[in-house]
Amino acid sequence: MSLRQQQAPKDHEAVQISLRTALILMLFTAAFTTLMAFAYLATRDTIAASAKKEKLKLIGEVLPPAMYDNALLKDVIELPAIAELGLDQPSRAYRARKNGEPVALVFEAAAPDGYSGRINLILAVRPDGEIVAVRVTAHRETPGLGDYIDPHKDKNKTQPWISQFDRQGFASLPPAQWHVKKDGGHFDQRSGATISARAVTNAIGRAAAWASKQDAQLFATSAPPAARLN
Amino acid sequence: MNLRDIAWNGLWKQNAGIVQLLGMCPLLAMSNSIVNAAGLGIATIIVMALSSGTVSILRGFIPYEIRIPVFILIIAALVTGIDLAMNAWLHQLYLVLGIFIPLIVTNCIVLARVEAYAAKNPPLSATFDATMMGLGLTLVLVVLGAVRELVGSGTLFAGIEMLVPGAHAIQIMPADYPGFLVAILPPGAFFTLGCLIALRNWIDARAARRKLAQPIPSGEPSMQPV
Repeated sequence: MSLRQQQAPKDHEAVQISLRTALILMLFTAAFTTLMAFAYLATRDTIAASAKKEKLKLIGEVLPPAMYDNALLKDVIELPAIAELGLDQPSRAYRARKNGEPVALVFEAAAPDGYSGRINLILAVRPDGEIVAVRVTAHRETPGLGDYIDPHKDKNKTQPWISQFDRQGFASLPPAQWHVKKDGGHFDQRSGATISARAVTNAIGRAAAWASKQDAQLFATSAPPAARLN
Repeated sequence: MNLRDIAWNGLWKQNAGIVQLLGMCPLLAMSNSIVNAAGLGIATIIVMALSSGTVSILRGFIPYEIRIPVFILIIAALVTGIDLAMNAWLHQLYLVLGIFIPLIVTNCIVLARVEAYAAKNPPLSATFDATMMGLGLTLVLVVLGAVRELVGSGTLFAGIEMLVPGAHAIQIMPADYPGFLVAILPPGAFFTLGCLIALRNWIDARAARRKLAQPIPSGEPSMQPV
């Protein structure tokens, strides 16, 4: 039993004790690092599989799986950091096709000006610029007040706030209308939490404008860079 | 100390949440609904039981001078293992609790029980003590979560479908209940916790007064014929 206070050791004893405890600490570190390495190796494949499933599920929220038939996660293009999308880091866009025809581009965007910082979005946009759907993937808006931008938190389950962007495009709605009603635009906001809605609406407007300019070109970049990713 | 004393200690007398006031970080952050509170509480129980058990088994090999780094090493390794295992095999639950599992390493109640109890006691009672301490904390978390959720958003068990598929939240307040934001935000946790501590102290004080008021128990007079 070594868990007791030692008496003040003499000099040569101090060296001995230091060496001994250092050795023991090293042994413990080695043993538990080995354990962690084994845990990592044992779970790596399962975790990768669930991450992939999670990604498909998230994409499935903005783009129903029935709408495309290609291996979406492999049909990837790498995007640089694009200021119009509010992204300061490179991101990936996924190209959905059915029978080889472009169906939609799935990509990320962000609103930098939420009430409590960044709001991350994922969008699916058709080649003609029409939005299929939008979802909020990460945000820190006030619970119960601004968090209705996330349909899981929205009290209106049948017609969540974010669903008013479904099937909107510049063909039906001119760019000047892509703001909340309070700013003279087309989209509703909930009273008391305009800032969250305004940030998301403006970010979606910018992302839709970017996509309608880029989509044709992005889809033309053929030859999906196969299994390099995922 | 026997098992009953350990349980009483963990659940009431030395309750981590409302007596020792340890582990405030998860207490405040995660107790805004019953489901969140219970989820984090259960994860904490598992980490505490495993780390106390492991430390107790290894206590003969740990020199006194480096016990704290070794304890932290053990706790961190176990939490990492649990984090990975949950991510792999309980992915739904991991999505809810994922970011809070690593936080458990920093929860001082885990280290406190390892240092104060597990390092000096055999594995079985150390594991039991940690489980009871964790359970005491979890009960406080769940009560906090229930009060804050009910007052804040008028529901109970919101988000239960993430843990139990097919279950639904219960709407207690009328559907047009506007919600009470303060209860959901961190200040609500402080207010509710303060009320819980006051309630516990009142119960204890009342029990102590009763004990004083009663004369020394002399035993019931036996009515049975001898």
